Amino acid sequence: MLNKIYNWIDERLDITPLWRDVADHEVPEHVNPAHHFSAFVYCFGGLTFFVVVIQILSGMFLAMYYVPDIERAWDSVYYLQNQVAYGQIVRGMHHWGASIVIVMMFLHTLRVFFQGAYKKPRELNWIVGVLIFFVMLALGLTGYLLPWDMKALNATKVTLDIVESTPLIGGMLKTLLSGDEYIVGAETLTRFFAIHVFFLPAALLGLIGLHFLMIRKQGISGPL
Amino acid sequence: MSEEQKQQVTRRQFLTYTLMGVGGFMAASTVMPMLRMAFDPVLEAKAGGDFIATKIKVDELTDEPVRVDFQFEQEDGWYVSNVTQTAWVYKNENGEIIALSPVCKHLGCNVDWNSNDNYPNMFFCPCHKGLYEKDGTNVPGTPPRGPLDRYKYEVRDGVLYLSRRAEPTGGV
Repeated sequence: MLNKIYNWIDERLDITPLWRDVADHEVPEHVNPAHHFSAFVYCFGGLTFFVVVIQILSGMFLAMYYVPDIERAWDSVYYLQNQVAYGQIVRGMHHWGASIVIVMMFLHTLRVFFQGAYKKPRELNWIVGVLIFFVMLALGLTGYLLPWDMKALNATKVTLDIVESTPLIGGMLKTLLSGDEYIVGAETLTRFFAIHVFFLPAALLGLIGLHFLMIRKQGISGPL
Repeated sequence: MSEEQKQQVTRRQFLTYTLMGVGGFMAASTVMPMLRMAFDPVLEAKAGGDFIATKIKVDELTDEPVRVDFQFEQEDGWYVSNVTQTAWVYKNENGEIIALSPVCKHLGCNVDWNSNDNYPNMFFCPCHKGLYEKDGTNVPGTPPRGPLDRYKYEVRDGVLYLSRRAEPTGGV
């Protein structure tokens, strides 16, 4: 049945070369843990992506209950955590995944660094990787405020203090991020929400696309 | 070909420039409103300036800092609320009024006057043991990066009026 549907579509759109291009390539022996167990270090990048997918999915579902308003944010988080079936699980996935993604990304970076895999011709991919790292940190930072509890508020005050210490434009940057010169409040929460849910994920997907495009174009670095 | 003809814009160039111009205009007219919207809080005219009445008469002030709470209506975008600000107020030896913000310059906890037996007549922050002299100067070797912020003040009919926000006096 599925085969028939596939053939029907392929006959009209010729999609086989499309997915062959993306998916059909040999994994070199030196990166295959089935051949050399120590090759598991090559899995960290893929694991990072796996956790990113979980983050995006769990985030989409959390957004069904979350309200980015200072009077309701905490209550909506409390409700989805305690009243919604499996809400605790989904929020837990998003909460723990946020930390795991940083750990995995760090291990992936260490692997690339100590194997010298960033060297010519892969310098650009290293740069894109570092940008992904910054976007991830920013995602963690903006997501931290959203439950709107005391920990989130105080952490954000410290964050904004750090932003404000930027030379010359610090005050402007802080206001741009928090929506007010002095207040960490309603406008700060909506801004952090928009950045966390729309701006940064868009940037992340674009950068990850580039990251994957380059690794397919250049191939994975050779054995040590 | 004459000199005049060489300088003429070819049909291809003309079309390229026109398309680039129109495309640039379309891109700018799409993105500009969004950026202006995002930057609105930065470009907004500063409201400030007005002073808030406290319940303190200037005659009552001594050289011992007292805690002064004052309230005002704060507009945070669409969210209007009453907020309470706190100041530590005293008169220094020259008779000037000093109104210090209690917000620690380390990580934003609230400092307290003369609250720790080990540090008499100092502002002490319980979070990370930040210390300030009576005039708000931070004690070197403790976490704060600068002196306590100060409120501006006015005296009207013997009553102390303070600015809504305390401003940094120096340091980092």
